[in-house]
Amino acid sequence: MNIHNESAAVHHHVHRDDIGAKMGMWLFLFTELLLFGGLFLVYAVYRYQHTEQFHLAAMELNTGIGTLNTVILLTSSLTVALSIAALQKGNKFLSILMLSLTLVFAFMFMINKYFEWSAKFSHGIYPGSDELLSLPNGQILFFGLYYVMTGLHGLHVLIGIIILSTILVMIIKNKITFDNYAKLENSGLYWHLVDLIWIFLFPLFYLIQ
Amino acid sequence: MHEENSKHNHHIGYGTYVLVWLALLAFTSITVTVAGVSLGEYTLFVALSIAAIKSALVINIFMHIKFDEKIFKVFLLISGFTLLVIFILTFFDFIYR
Amino acid sequence: MANGTTTVNEKSFYQQSTNKYSGILSWLLTTDHKRIGIMYGVTILFFFLVGVILGVLMRLELMAPGKTIVDAQTYNSLFTLHGVIMIFLFIIPGLPAIFGNFFLPIQIGARDVAFPRLNLLSYYIYVAGALLALLAVILPGGAIDTGWTFYIPYSIRSNTNVSLPLLAAFVLGFSSILTGLNFITTVHRMRAPGMTFFKMPLFVWATYATAWIQIIATPVIGITIVLVILERLFGVGIFDPALGGDPILFQHLFWIYSHPAVYIMILPAMGVVSEIIPTFARRTIFGYKAIAISSLAIAFVGYLVWAHHMFTSGMSDTARWIFSLLTFIVALPSGVKIFNWVATMYKGSIDPKPPFLWVMSFIFLFSIGGLTGLVLGSLATDIHVHDTYFVVAHFHFVMFGGTGTIFFAAIHYWFPKMFGRLYNDKLATLGVLGFFIGFMLLYFPKFIMGYMGMPRRYYDYLPEFASLQLISTIGSWVLAATIFFIVGYLIHALFKGPKAGSNPWGGVTLEWHIQSPPTMENFKEIPKITHEPYDFSQLKEMKNEYS
Repeated sequence: MNIHNESAAVHHHVHRDDIGAKMGMWLFLFTELLLFGGLFLVYAVYRYQHTEQFHLAAMELNTGIGTLNTVILLTSSLTVALSIAALQKGNKFLSILMLSLTLVFAFMFMINKYFEWSAKFSHGIYPGSDELLSLPNGQILFFGLYYVMTGLHGLHVLIGIIILSTILVMIIKNKITFDNYAKLENSGLYWHLVDLIWIFLFPLFYLIQ
Repeated sequence: MHEENSKHNHHIGYGTYVLVWLALLAFTSITVTVAGVSLGEYTLFVALSIAAIKSALVINIFMHIKFDEKIFKVFLLISGFTLLVIFILTFFDFIYR
Repeated sequence: MANGTTTVNEKSFYQQSTNKYSGILSWLLTTDHKRIGIMYGVTILFFFLVGVILGVLMRLELMAPGKTIVDAQTYNSLFTLHGVIMIFLFIIPGLPAIFGNFFLPIQIGARDVAFPRLNLLSYYIYVAGALLALLAVILPGGAIDTGWTFYIPYSIRSNTNVSLPLLAAFVLGFSSILTGLNFITTVHRMRAPGMTFFKMPLFVWATYATAWIQIIATPVIGITIVLVILERLFGVGIFDPALGGDPILFQHLFWIYSHPAVYIMILPAMGVVSEIIPTFARRTIFGYKAIAISSLAIAFVGYLVWAHHMFTSGMSDTARWIFSLLTFIVALPSGVKIFNWVATMYKGSIDPKPPFLWVMSFIFLFSIGGLTGLVLGSLATDIHVHDTYFVVAHFHFVMFGGTGTIFFAAIHYWFPKMFGRLYNDKLATLGVLGFFIGFMLLYFPKFIMGYMGMPRRYYDYLPEFASLQLISTIGSWVLAATIFFIVGYLIHALFKGPKAGSNPWGGVTLEWHIQSPPTMENFKEIPKITHEPYDFSQLKEMKNEYS
């Protein structure tokens, strides 16, 4: 009879299943999809009810900064994909380089966002401000949604920065290697999702004049 | 289990990624340009169609779903379809108010 | 005993640790799905009893017209807390987190869930959510008084602590999502060889369908809650009608989650019923595939009907008739289940042990709940009884009479497996009976009062309702006393009950093939599945192996 000792029991949970891990990640991404989906539904309803006011309010937004941030995020999506491809090919240096670039782009995105938001604030447009409350309801809703949706997206970028930095350290320390890169791949998936959300936020807020 | 972990990959070359990135940038410039032109009621439709194409590129190539397990695609369709149903049913209220 | 390879005497999971600690830390830091299931069990049972006590206090206040024990504001907090605790802390996590965790991996022949550490994390997120909810009661400002539905605009105007319980609901939702994600991956990746999808026990099917709702619906309430909190903190305007927001849109978003959540509550219960009936009727389940598929169908149809909670809210007429029509579709997959259960019992050799009696009680109570649901789903009749006690009675029959009853059925069915002890059948039968009588006394009068026009959530009422209210309150005493009686004899059995064999009921799903309580690894060797899930011809060979 096979005698099970304590140490066997300790290790029995550890079993590697990369496909399972990726499945878990995708399922998590669906929850994100539905989370933002709820916001897009709110947006759709209010834009339907206040079409004109939404157009007027969107004039305030800076299409230039929006476009720049779109390009930045798309490029960061490329670099993270390249980082995975590089590691798969065993090119650790290139992988680290590409992941670091991704982080640089992520910071650039947040810096732009900071300037964009502070410009709005200095114009007195922020939730609950007198300036905003003097506007018609449709415009209050537009800016409310603008702050909530880009804010929540920005929060995801910040979380992405934390995750990707951790992954970067793990690659450097050889915790993630060319034959064990599920964590990098899953973080990449998360980062692409952040990009995907922006792909829709961009035309819905910056391009409706 | 280990063999399964390492064999499942369809590796995509750097070139493909760069091409997709270029396509994404091209679509971005199209959507920005088109936004300047007045298309009336079609503005939203065009903007969202371009966004949909862009996300299809990201999901299929960057996110690998084209080459991964089929079941992921099924999952994605389930989630997307549910979201669509929620949108349509909600609008039965707001359109007919 | 036919051969010497039996596992009956091996160390159970209570005696082995998954980590380097022993004692309490070996529990608090465990990644074993069975231990986590038990930890959920203790925590959830605690909050259930708190909810019961709150409910009894409400009934006490309503025993006679006018003020009885508490003032109106406290009463508002009582019904809100009762709702929040019972829904978010008991009935949503109840069956999946306790019995799903414990038995889903075993029933598919796995050693654990796909992400054991994530599983432990979801437990702690649950605990954190629960603590946040309790914290809101203690903090100055007073306990939340909006009702568990948090309807706008009152929830952004109320001066009580609303944000904290909302945050608690958000956190609890996160725990629910992680559990669902874990179960789906487990079912897809961890099934034993030969365990095809259509050889999985129906409890697994039901939990799997539930997990999909947990994943796809919960984020919607998450974002809705965040919006309400932001509305309270910053006055964003998204829901505030004074700033152009639409309170009905809030109701849409709220019910887009909360209606499917009803199926998060009931689907696992239906799964448990599909386990118990074949075991005690000694017959393979009738219409296995129909029941399996109907679980997925219910999960999906659950998304199509949410606005039937809003017939009197001011939606468009078109939406009202569409949602009323769609609501009746739910009756189809539910009907498929009920008919198949009854057909399974037909000509079976029924052994009316306590778990089976609980299921009988369930079928009766749930049918009343379901049929009165048709009254509420029909547009015209709903307008008459909307927001009355009729609704309260309906959802207590469905949720408490349905899921609550099955919660007890599941405890009684799996108790010998989880703890390796038997409880006293006579006491347990008495428990079913007391529960049933108390339940009917408590909730049936509410149908009558609701039909007569008694509005829900009211602190006071007209004298003509006095006698029915009194009956209802007496029912609450019977019910609560029975619940404490049940908890009492189960705890007694836990320590003093006779040892249970590996298969006290003669079940054939995988959990009955292994010793009670199971070993840490569940299976010495991962089994190869050849039988259909409810093939009772296995019973003979099983008796040889495990007496």
